[in-house]
Amino acid sequence: MLHIDMQGVNKWFGDLHVLRNITLGVERRERIVICGPSGSGKSTLIRCINRLETHQSGRIVVDGVELTDNLARIDEVRRNVGMVFQQFNLFPHLTVLENCTLAPIWAKKMSTREANDLAMHYLHRVRIPEQANKYPGQLSGGQQQRVAIARSLCMTPKVMLFDEPTSALDPEMVNEVLDTMVSLAAEGMTMICVTHEMRFARQVADRVIFMDAGEIVEENEPYAFFRAPQHRRTQSFLSQIGD
Amino acid sequence: MTLPQLTASIQRVPMFRDRTNAIATTVLGAAIVYASYRFVTWGVINAIWSLPQDASSQACRAIRGQGACWAVIGERLRFIVSGAYPFAEQWRPAVACLLFVMLYAASAVRAWWRWPLLGLWVLIPASVITLLRGGVFGLSEVPSEFWGGLPLTFLLSTIGFAVAFPFAGALALGRRSQLPAIKGLCIAYIELVRGVPLVTFLFMASVMFPLFVPQGLTIDKLLRAQVAFVMVIAAYVAEVIRGGLQAIPRGQYEAAASIGLSYWPTTILVVLPQALRVSIPALVNTFIAFFKDTSLVIVIGLFDLLGAAKAVIVDPRWVGFGVEAFLFAAIVYFGFCYAVSQYSRHLERVLVGRG
Repeated sequence: MLHIDMQGVNKWFGDLHVLRNITLGVERRERIVICGPSGSGKSTLIRCINRLETHQSGRIVVDGVELTDNLARIDEVRRNVGMVFQQFNLFPHLTVLENCTLAPIWAKKMSTREANDLAMHYLHRVRIPEQANKYPGQLSGGQQQRVAIARSLCMTPKVMLFDEPTSALDPEMVNEVLDTMVSLAAEGMTMICVTHEMRFARQVADRVIFMDAGEIVEENEPYAFFRAPQHRRTQSFLSQIGD
Repeated sequence: MTLPQLTASIQRVPMFRDRTNAIATTVLGAAIVYASYRFVTWGVINAIWSLPQDASSQACRAIRGQGACWAVIGERLRFIVSGAYPFAEQWRPAVACLLFVMLYAASAVRAWWRWPLLGLWVLIPASVITLLRGGVFGLSEVPSEFWGGLPLTFLLSTIGFAVAFPFAGALALGRRSQLPAIKGLCIAYIELVRGVPLVTFLFMASVMFPLFVPQGLTIDKLLRAQVAFVMVIAAYVAEVIRGGLQAIPRGQYEAAASIGLSYWPTTILVVLPQALRVSIPALVNTFIAFFKDTSLVIVIGLFDLLGAAKAVIVDPRWVGFGVEAFLFAAIVYFGFCYAVSQYSRHLERVLVGRG
């Protein structure tokens, strides 16, 4: 069974047709990179997977659960799908540790001690356990994004969505975040990343998807995608980002 | 320094840069100096601080206009602080004030912001009311018509805020609700209450409300005034909190949703703590306004601090010494409001400082 199954998904923002007949299947443990010009609908696409955006037609099934207006099902999907945002979106009034334990305690009813142990485990994984008692505002961008990854991992998700996780970072911090993502990929997490980091795409992706104007224009395994892009729009995009 | 040098250096001061500025500065400066001189002469140099043995106001009358008679404050202090409370029992309002001040002080210590503090907020107002009312523990009963002065100011504002706060939070959240019925109800309440003057509410609570309840059922006038305050404060504070809610970026809601938090945990653990922090300046502003607006209960025959100060000069011996009494009340109000405002500035620095 596919881990994520999107069939003929359409979405409009008012008159703007932002997703056009998207059909996309993601296998368990598959790593997918989505790229494309800004406004192409790639962020909207992954935000539909945990229903931060609603789709207006078509079907989205995540880990066997179809996304509809049923709130209980949406919560179930969200508990299994982690998301990392461009702007980190950490909770500024809580410490790093509290950011990580909030959902395990309140959504999973875990005891505080258990949640703390779990959070420390994942803070070790992203290599910042020593920052546990600081507030997000005291950390660098790269550190904040790693905390955001740890916060998602604390829900032990089966799928991780990354929405341009390195775009808001200073260049010297991009690698620390990418390294964390690479090691996640190595452990067999199902991952969908919207990113312009083509080096990461080459290194990690099983499949690269190029989107433009709300459609999936082209998809291929990375080697072929970068060596011989088929579509003219893909060629022009790749030449522009000059990788 | 020669005269031209002196002139040149004076002209470097912005307030003396050109002729217009120089004239304005000189005139206003002279006016301030003169007013201060008159005030100090009246309030300090010529002032009478205590009364002679026979406690007559003769000496004070003799210097009316030339000197202040601060003796009236000393003489009538207990009345200003306690209002019409029975003289022999006035230690009770004094202890009540002390309890309130202790409550404020305890609440100001951030290390004590734990659940027991909430208990203190129930316990202290409850004991103050018991203490003032009496009728238990061998205390003689004093009906609330006789309560007045500073304890009344504290009581109305503190209980008013404490009780109104949860309602205000609910109203603010309700106004942003996606359920049209709840949203409409909250908007209607807030707009209706905000659109009507506080005095009207007090009149309604005092005069109209008794007309609508069955004969024989009487509800304490002070309680009715207190309920009116709670209703009005809730509407204002709701709007303040709503302002704070609007300052929370969408990303915070999305992050909470993405880790599986549903509406109530998101609201209580993520959104409200941040929204309230943003709202501190406006909340303090509202508190200070209502702390002073408690004086309006005078229109329904209750005497808070200002009312009691005003009542002092009804006493035939002290007719005409209103300035002193009002100045004293002003100083007490200012003391409390300034302390609150300083504390809130400190709080903002501490809370915002950690990002």
